[in-house]
Amino acid sequence: MSTTRQPTINPAPAHTEFHPRWYRPHVSVYWWLGQWQYLRFILRELSSVFVAVFVVITLLQLRALRNGPDAYTRFQHWLQTPGAIALNLISFFFVVFHTITWFNLTPRAMVIRLRGKRLPDFLVAAPNYAMWLVVSAAVGWLILK
Amino acid sequence: MERQSNEAFFWMLFSAGGVVAALLIPVHLFLFGLAFPLRWLQPPAYAHLTALLKMPLVRIYLFVLCSLPLFHWAHRFRYTLYDGLQVKHLNEVIFTLCYGGAVVGTGLAGYLLWNIA
Repeated sequence: MSTTRQPTINPAPAHTEFHPRWYRPHVSVYWWLGQWQYLRFILRELSSVFVAVFVVITLLQLRALRNGPDAYTRFQHWLQTPGAIALNLISFFFVVFHTITWFNLTPRAMVIRLRGKRLPDFLVAAPNYAMWLVVSAAVGWLILK
Repeated sequence: MERQSNEAFFWMLFSAGGVVAALLIPVHLFLFGLAFPLRWLQPPAYAHLTALLKMPLVRIYLFVLCSLPLFHWAHRFRYTLYDGLQVKHLNEVIFTLCYGGAVVGTGLAGYLLWNIA
């Protein structure tokens, strides 16, 4: 992340007695609505909200599991309400968006060369996707077996 | 600019949480949030889930699954509020709320998982 450095001011300005006016272009609060790239950036950042939503629901699930079978049945019924389904559906799309954008950062973060040639981006990102598949299968197997 | 020195630490938590969230949340969310409630798959029995929770490794796993993504959220959401809404002047409040939330969530996860078996 970049910190905007302000120009250093000569403590004893020699040629002017006026304080210079800062040049600060005004940026609208809605700057991210103008272009798809900017909007995509903000949507990617907002995916973190749905990550947090998932954690909150998981904590509620753990509490229900701790409180016994009846509490857990009630929790499962709540998960079946249209509101909960809608929330989880939206969350799912955002979380997968996070996964894809996160994995695709790898080729930006590191350049891998093989016999002097740069490995194409999709090959650098590929191990992430393979790992995702293996880990998901393992978790699914543990829960479903 | 005293906080500058902590930035690397928070960024590490953000990054670790990002990896955990990217790898693990989709499958959990798909199963428990969509596939089981909509009966695409037969939901696991209460006894099976509590049996899993008796394993210490599963509880450590769930603790990490809850905690690190919250720190990921705290970092990202903080900067989204700064840049998106341009509310830099609320710096301290947002910092406290975001990381405070992550710490509280981590505490709750620890408490629940410690007492669950």
